[in-house]
Amino acid sequence: MFIFGPQQQMNLEGYVGFANLPNQVYRKSVKRGFEFTLMVVGESGLGKSTLINSLFLTDLYSPEYPGPSHRIKKTVQVEQSKVLIKEGGVQLLLTIVDTPGFGDEVDNSNCWQPVIDYIDSKFEDYLNAESRVNRRQMPDNRVQCCLYFIAPSGHGLKPLDIEFMKRLHEKVNIIPLIAKADTMTPEECQQFKKQIMKEIQEHKIRIYEFPETDDEEEMKMIRKIKDRLPLAVVGSNTIIEVNGKRVRGRQYPWGVAEVENAEHCDFNILRNMLIRTHMQDLKDVTNNVHYENYRSRKLAAVTYNGVDNNKNKGQLTKKKKMEQEMEQVFEMKVREKLQKLRDSEAELQRRHEQMKKNLEAQHKEIEEKRRQHEEEMASWEAQQRILEQQKLDASRTLEKNKKKKIF
Amino acid sequence: CLSNTDTCTRGGSTLLGYIGIDTIIEQMRKKTMKTGFDFNIMVVGNSGLGKSTLVNTLFKSQVSRRSAGWARDEKIPKTVEVKAVSHVLEEGGVKMKLTVIDTPGFGDQINNDNCWEPISKYINEQYEKFLKEEVNITRKKRIPDTRVHCCLYFISPTGHSLRQLDVEFMKRLSHSVNIIPVIAKADTMTIEERQEFKQRVRKELEMGGIEFYPQKEFDEDMEDKNDNDKIREAMPFAVVGSDKEYQVNGKRVLGRKTQWGIVEVENPNHCEFAQLRDFLIRSHLQDLKEVTHNIHYESYRAKRLNENGGLHPISCNDTQESNL
Repeated sequence: MFIFGPQQQMNLEGYVGFANLPNQVYRKSVKRGFEFTLMVVGESGLGKSTLINSLFLTDLYSPEYPGPSHRIKKTVQVEQSKVLIKEGGVQLLLTIVDTPGFGDEVDNSNCWQPVIDYIDSKFEDYLNAESRVNRRQMPDNRVQCCLYFIAPSGHGLKPLDIEFMKRLHEKVNIIPLIAKADTMTPEECQQFKKQIMKEIQEHKIRIYEFPETDDEEEMKMIRKIKDRLPLAVVGSNTIIEVNGKRVRGRQYPWGVAEVENAEHCDFNILRNMLIRTHMQDLKDVTNNVHYENYRSRKLAAVTYNGVDNNKNKGQLTKKKKMEQEMEQVFEMKVREKLQKLRDSEAELQRRHEQMKKNLEAQHKEIEEKRRQHEEEMASWEAQQRILEQQKLDASRTLEKNKKKKIF
Repeated sequence: CLSNTDTCTRGGSTLLGYIGIDTIIEQMRKKTMKTGFDFNIMVVGNSGLGKSTLVNTLFKSQVSRRSAGWARDEKIPKTVEVKAVSHVLEEGGVKMKLTVIDTPGFGDQINNDNCWEPISKYINEQYEKFLKEEVNITRKKRIPDTRVHCCLYFISPTGHSLRQLDVEFMKRLSHSVNIIPVIAKADTMTIEERQEFKQRVRKELEMGGIEFYPQKEFDEDMEDKNDNDKIREAMPFAVVGSDKEYQVNGKRVLGRKTQWGIVEVENPNHCEFAQLRDFLIRSHLQDLKEVTHNIHYESYRAKRLNENGGLHPISCNDTQESNL
């Protein structure tokens, strides 16, 4: 970016050619394509999906892939869907972030927390990507605009609306919209808008502000837009014939509410502002204001140690991560070792028992054998005695016979 | 009501001449006209659904709380309040004391847990008041009836389905009061969207076991059943309210003027307000009161008398002041 300070503007003496610079930027951008992330928040049944379809003339939500209101949800989810739109050679990668379940429960306390977490996580991702060494691919998924849908009650903001906007106006560009604007007559709409703007100021909510320009024409247009805030919109993609013209609208028995008719609703203003004139500014404000707020808060939270934290922050987190990883690996190894030791101990124990058993078995065998042996011995001795006895008897009888023979 | 044929066929005796028993209907009518009657209607729903406007349109007069001096853009109260405003209306010689009970703050907070409790308490308090009067030794000739005869529950026209809060409320209160669900601000939806929404809502009510008025179990005979079936098929009515008049085709009609046309409130092609009004006021007004008295009040009474050994009749000196 070039900053032209309070220097004297020099007059050129010939044609240099840097007036062609915007064209070069333009051509580069067209080649690269554009990205835009849009978030839609509101209770179910406020026509968010229909409005998105109408804005981008595409069926992001169709009967096959229904919008948030048709899906069953128990807690607030944050879902994103991407669609690539091409027009006149320019590509736009549009990311729509939905919040099904927002405000639908009986108790909606903290239903804004998933939304805040999502936005912060996208900022964090970008911060990490920015601090990395290799920055060639830096996808920008930060939420650049948040369309907040207000129910057309005709009275004022609900406590939930106020809470949500108070918590998010410093994180994202909030554009409040009055949904289903064909519910109200023009007078009711006027009064409703006045009441809402009053309450927004009372609660010091900072919604997206259009930047001031030097151009008178543009300023006039911007002032007209500011008068009609918050924009009251109607969405539809059904085409109806009205007075021979084919228009997008909603058919009632008493007439047709035309989406693109400036007298019926502010859809045109929203579309022009969002897509045709202020898309780049929304991205810039997100980058320069909301992201920078996040970044400075995040970095200031790191303990100050006298050194320039900005450089070390990235590495610090990396180091910390590595440290953690190493600790984890170490612990794992220790655990494995312990387990192994325990296993081998168990093995040893088992073997010991086994051996003991074997020993005992052998012992028993031997005992058995001994017993047998002793039995044998005993019986042999018994036999011997018998034999001896027999011998004795035999010798006695011999002697007797001998004695008999002598006489 | 007695019917001529009943008295003739029961007992089998044929009348020999004209007696004049049928004039009892005329006598009842005269009596009713003299005494007048009470009707208490409660409206429940998120703020901004057109409750007050609808009630004003129903009774063709400024009877809602809003008209009783409250500013149009008053703040949403922090807790649910129950506020009753009474007016005496007269038509064709018949006087009606109409009480509209409003419930500001219902469903408007971030945390709406138990926001039905103040309403439930109010309904039971009215039953209690009536019970105490009934149990008295010396009873008043005509007990002032502050019981809620009908509760109009306003469903937000999201076009998708009932909200969790709607189901919770109706489940809990359909057994103590007659609930009539209506789809508010029906001019938000096209005719197709309205049909789809109604069907879905009816299915959800069925699945939740929510018995809205007219309840199937209280149909007395075939005639009732047929009439009520037709009504149940068409409920919940999708209504639009307005207290402003516009000129349409030479007639002055109540309506809402938008940039693309005028929504006529009483035109059956535009919304079902006329059906609701006929059902509520012209055909079932008395039935609402009877169901409240014979069924809801009786079940409350039975519950109360069974606990703590019952109520003791109070002597004249202890009664509370009558609130006529």
